[in-house]
Amino acid sequence: MTALKSVLFALTLPALLVAFWYIATSGAKNFFIPTPALLAEKFVSVWFSDRFFSDVLPSLGRLVIGLVSASVLGIAAGLLIGSFRWLRSLTEPVLEFFRAIPPPVLVPILMLLIGVSDLMKVAVIVSACVWPVLLNTVEGVRAVDSVLSESARTYGLSGAARVRYLVLPSASPQIMTGIRQSLSVGLILMVISEMFASSSGLGFTIVQFQRSFAIPEMWSGIVVLGLIGVIMSFIFQWTERKILRWYHGLREVENAA
Amino acid sequence: MQLEPNLAATNVPDEIRNADTPCDKAMHATEPLPSSEGVMLSVRGLKKVYQTDGGDNEAVRNLTFDVRAGELVCLVGPSGSGKTTLLKCISGLMAPTAGAVLLDGKPVSGPPKKMAVVFQEYGRSLFPWMRVRENVELPLKNQRVPKAERTRLVNEALEAVGLSHVPRSFPWQLSGGMQQRVAIARAIAYQPEVLLMDEPFAAVDAQTRADLEDLIRVVWKKLGVTVLFVTHDIDESVYLGERVIILSSSPTVVQEDIVIDLPADRDQLNTRSTPRFAELRHHVYKQIQLAKKGHRPASASAGKDARSD
Ligand SMILES: Nc1ncnc2c1ncn2[C@@H]1O[C@H](COP(=O)(O)OP(=O)(O)O)[C@@H](O)[C@H]1O
Ligand SMILES: Nc1ncnc2c1ncn2[C@@H]1O[C@H](COP(=O)(O)OP(=O)(O)O)[C@@H](O)[C@H]1O
Ligand SMILES: [Mg+2]
Ligand SMILES: [Mg+2]
Repeated sequence: MTALKSVLFALTLPALLVAFWYIATSGAKNFFIPTPALLAEKFVSVWFSDRFFSDVLPSLGRLVIGLVSASVLGIAAGLLIGSFRWLRSLTEPVLEFFRAIPPPVLVPILMLLIGVSDLMKVAVIVSACVWPVLLNTVEGVRAVDSVLSESARTYGLSGAARVRYLVLPSASPQIMTGIRQSLSVGLILMVISEMFASSSGLGFTIVQFQRSFAIPEMWSGIVVLGLIGVIMSFIFQWTERKILRWYHGLREVENAA
Repeated sequence: MQLEPNLAATNVPDEIRNADTPCDKAMHATEPLPSSEGVMLSVRGLKKVYQTDGGDNEAVRNLTFDVRAGELVCLVGPSGSGKTTLLKCISGLMAPTAGAVLLDGKPVSGPPKKMAVVFQEYGRSLFPWMRVRENVELPLKNQRVPKAERTRLVNEALEAVGLSHVPRSFPWQLSGGMQQRVAIARAIAYQPEVLLMDEPFAAVDAQTRADLEDLIRVVWKKLGVTVLFVTHDIDESVYLGERVIILSSSPTVVQEDIVIDLPADRDQLNTRSTPRFAELRHHVYKQIQLAKKGHRPASASAGKDARSD
């Protein structure tokens, strides 16, 4: 498929949906559902302003810091837990417990513990995003091929070299799966952490609009969230394809055989 | 190559009945050397019992043999006779239940630095996230060999196995025989004193296999490395080896240890059609049949001269 064709393909359904929306809202006026034109107008006037710097960027910053910290933490802990059976047995019940706690309930607790601050919001994001990365990394580490592992041992790969050249690359497909899962979780927690107690940020602004019946503005905030999700997903996919080129190639060869 | 089926057709029961007739001209390996002089690898009373849920499984009962420095020895035995188990013990990947492995007189307790192993599962022994060149280079990098030296060794090794043209391919982009050649190149570049190979060609096609067998002989002669080559293929063992150690079926002992007195220059076409090759192959085959019937050499533990006469 040519590039033009695939772009057309990707845009067809969104265009149809907008057309449907346009037709549905052109007749009767519903206070709670704006027309596409009004929404577009509000989108530009609300977000292409100071708000971008006072609300969008700080939110994004916390999200990115949270995701990166969760990934680093999850990978490091996952490497350890996956490598030692005794550590796995030791931590498994505790991990299951913490994983089962719905992360939003941590917001009030962390507010009390840390106070209402950027740190608290990042902590909320990390506390939710670390689990998919951690658990997938553990699985990836455990699944290192036995023959490959023995080859590495016979050539004296041990310690840090073993992690770097064998364990990490071998677990990288699962690690990437974990990170992908944590992206959407992170976006949700970013919004929630700002809804509770905050004076800025995307989540705060959207709730603020809703309370003051600025309905089109509220919708435009939701569009911003959706766009952030899409852009993050694109960036992730692009990175994943770079890092896991070997993996997709290998899969293709195996599937063809 | 796969002569087992053919041989099976040649009246095996007869041969077993005449077990002591022409079995004969095969020269037996000399007694283990009086001193450990010249011995590179020494396996002493090796025993391995796997503890499984279904009870103990004695894979290797009692193996004793020596390999001198620079020798090319083939170990041949039926599937499940504990060949892989033995190699894992020799390479320090697994501790034996009893007995010991001595490399250059020193007991092996972990993977020794001067040893390289080529596994049967080529598809699972190369790093799929590294290109051919990086795969071959990694062990050297890990040993902190200087860059220039590394490049030279890798180039030479790839040259030796005829893969200089694909250094930037990923292993999974290559055919099976090529992948196994990458694994061999990696072993060569590592400059081991001992090269262990566990049925390396069992999963490659017959023509590639013939080429790879010749490659092993060339590499062995050129590098003067000690090679222990494990196979279930009788033809292969006779064609390749300077000596063939025949293993019994599990629980495993050395059934016989014979010297292969074929000329040093071997050739797939001519060597395999010489009468001597046929005799030796016949002999090895017969011994394996005997072993399968439960016939054990008198001195099962000694692993030296184990004739059945
Ligand atoms: N990890 C293991 N656990 C239990 N039994 C094993 C294990 N590996 C091999 N065995 C058993 O040991 C015997 C020898 O196996 P192996 O060394 O793989 O033989 P070969 O390489 O000659 O085919 C077989 O009976 C096999 O079932
Ligand atoms: N997926 C692939 N990508 C690139 N090159 C490939 C791929 N598969 C095979 N090749 C190349 O094609 C050639 C023949 O491979 P293959 O058809 O697997 O050989 P055979 O089946 O005869 O062993 C090899 O040189 C190999 O490098
Ligand atoms: Mg085996
Ligand atoms: Mg093929």
